[in-house]
Amino acid sequence: MQRIVIFGATSGIAEATAREFAKTGASFFLVGRNGEALGDIAADLKTRGAASVEIRSGDLSLLETLPTLCQEALSSLGGIDVALIAHGTLPAQQTSTWNARNTLAFLQENLVSQASLMVELRLIMMAQGHGSIVILSSVAGDRGRPSNYIYGSAKSYLSTLGEGMALELAPRGIKVLVVKPGFVDTKMTAAFKKGALWASASDVGTLIFSAIRSGKSGVLYAPRFWQLIMLIIKFAPSFLVRRM
Amino acid sequence: MGAIPNLPRASWGNYPAEPQEVELLRSRHSLLPLRDGVSHLPYGQGRSYGDSCLNTGGLLLGTSALDHFIAFDDTTGQLTCEGGVTLAAIVDLVLPRGWFLPVTPGTKFVSLGGAIANDVHGKNHHSAGTLGAHVVSFELLTSDGQRRNCSPSENAGLFAATIGGLGLTGLITQATIRLVPASSSFLKGQSIKFGNLDGFFVLSEASVPDYDYTVSWIDCLGSGASLGRGTFMRANIASADDVATAGAKSRAGLPLGVPVMPPLSLVNQLTLRPFNWAYYNRQQAEQVDKFWHYTAFHYPLDAISHWNRIYGPKGLLQYQCVVPRADQLEVSRALFAEIAKSGQGSFLVVFKTFGPHISPGLLSFPMEGATLALDFPIRGASTFALLDRLDAIVSEAGGRIYAAKDARMASGAFLRAYPRLEEFRKFIDPRFSSNFERRVMGK
Repeated sequence: MQRIVIFGATSGIAEATAREFAKTGASFFLVGRNGEALGDIAADLKTRGAASVEIRSGDLSLLETLPTLCQEALSSLGGIDVALIAHGTLPAQQTSTWNARNTLAFLQENLVSQASLMVELRLIMMAQGHGSIVILSSVAGDRGRPSNYIYGSAKSYLSTLGEGMALELAPRGIKVLVVKPGFVDTKMTAAFKKGALWASASDVGTLIFSAIRSGKSGVLYAPRFWQLIMLIIKFAPSFLVRRM
Repeated sequence: MGAIPNLPRASWGNYPAEPQEVELLRSRHSLLPLRDGVSHLPYGQGRSYGDSCLNTGGLLLGTSALDHFIAFDDTTGQLTCEGGVTLAAIVDLVLPRGWFLPVTPGTKFVSLGGAIANDVHGKNHHSAGTLGAHVVSFELLTSDGQRRNCSPSENAGLFAATIGGLGLTGLITQATIRLVPASSSFLKGQSIKFGNLDGFFVLSEASVPDYDYTVSWIDCLGSGASLGRGTFMRANIASADDVATAGAKSRAGLPLGVPVMPPLSLVNQLTLRPFNWAYYNRQQAEQVDKFWHYTAFHYPLDAISHWNRIYGPKGLLQYQCVVPRADQLEVSRALFAEIAKSGQGSFLVVFKTFGPHISPGLLSFPMEGATLALDFPIRGASTFALLDRLDAIVSEAGGRIYAAKDARMASGAFLRAYPRLEEFRKFIDPRFSSNFERRVMGK
């Protein structure tokens, strides 16, 4: 039975991943902003087979609370086998509206908070001698594009951090998984038709679950065909990327 | 979260293809996102065939994110979940723990809220009645912001109006149902050929006492002495011992689907006759013992995603009627003769008898008698005229048409066939409506 902490547990992909783990009888410590939604998810995971579910509502951009939160999860679960970092916001970026203040606020919520948690969890995993840290990044971090470079560069930082950590911690048996989803149709839009490149949150959750179960470390494109698409985009000439 | 404007083809029949606007509900605890000046309608998985799930010019309240389980007691088989949970998700959860849906329609890709709002029936109607008979309670959220717990003993009027009420009475935020024990994922029974409608009714009478599930496929192009010939399937849930003896294993089906809409219906004169001939003749022996995985028995079409696309961009009309037991043989014969004469129809024509159970909903469809369901590719006026002729036969016999599948019946046909409509009207939420309501309820 695995002990799992999830930061940003109300995110569609996190919830889908948790549902897979619940079937295996996992224990959860869920952190998110919306307490009512966390309560619904807790009942749902228990019904699906979770051994236990603890919830904490809190604001993950309050950086000074993060170390305590990690310790709480650790003592509540009695050890952390999987830590999934899934919180974040997707800005409706109008490039013209960015300024120093809102950029810093955005980076605090989408980069600094996640990076702090990763380093903090690294210490916990090293002390335990095992565990998986999973960070939800994005294909948007693979190349700067005019339409979403603030979001993309935050994800790029997290990807690089995770990749480095994965290599560093591999000899200790600790896994770090950087998940790069492509277009994801979350459950909020599940009933609607999307193009062929869209995957459902539940598909992505299943991929993450299988990757964690098989002990994968490093980068996971979800679905995998995005690896090829991003390879092409990384090498595409600037005049093409300018239109994206 | 915003509204998703212009959802084309929002019902399963792809007719009428009027763009719909949907606002997805985020939490069952929130108030409804009502908009001034327009009407509202809950929208689950869009598996109603006709226009009962559409609200052109109004707002659909999408329930696909209300997909949380709330509680399941695997000693009593009582399950509570949000209204947007699909029957597929329920089966995945409960079958490994020894339970199954008390009643299931022919697809599991519908929401529980939608299944209640259509008071769906299944192949076990003669033994279990409709789904509504197995609903313990539900919470109904109405446009005035009130939440009412409804059950046969609490808010009983609203309970009866909401079961089969086509979403017009409010939003089912959560529901509790009683499941039935299932000691395996298989059904055990027989597949038996019959040469005509008399043969069907003889088999049906003989099978009903001993088999929980019965259904028939009919060759809709059979005529003369072979009018109404087909294959009768009857089964019970297999015991664990049966499964061990038979060595049955569940197989993962191939992921089949119809990826794109063909420019024309693939169901036509060229394909219909050979298919029906081959389907009838593929089983040589008159009677064969069978062992079905539940997906093959209950949900054969779920194996092909987007199967509705084979009917092409003009869409399909599904037709399901029930005729009272007293004259069921003669009336069914008249219906099949009319269909055979037209040469229209579908690959899969489903025929079965409903039992004497009184459905709990004011607008529930089933009544004791024989029910026929089939699809028609829309070929224009001739298709609509054929269905009007079928309506006349059904109406004359005192039968009725199933709202969940209808996109074209005349208002009078509905008013005559659903005598409790007047009683129902007072439970309609004043800020809810649907295309179906405006078309046939004569508001």
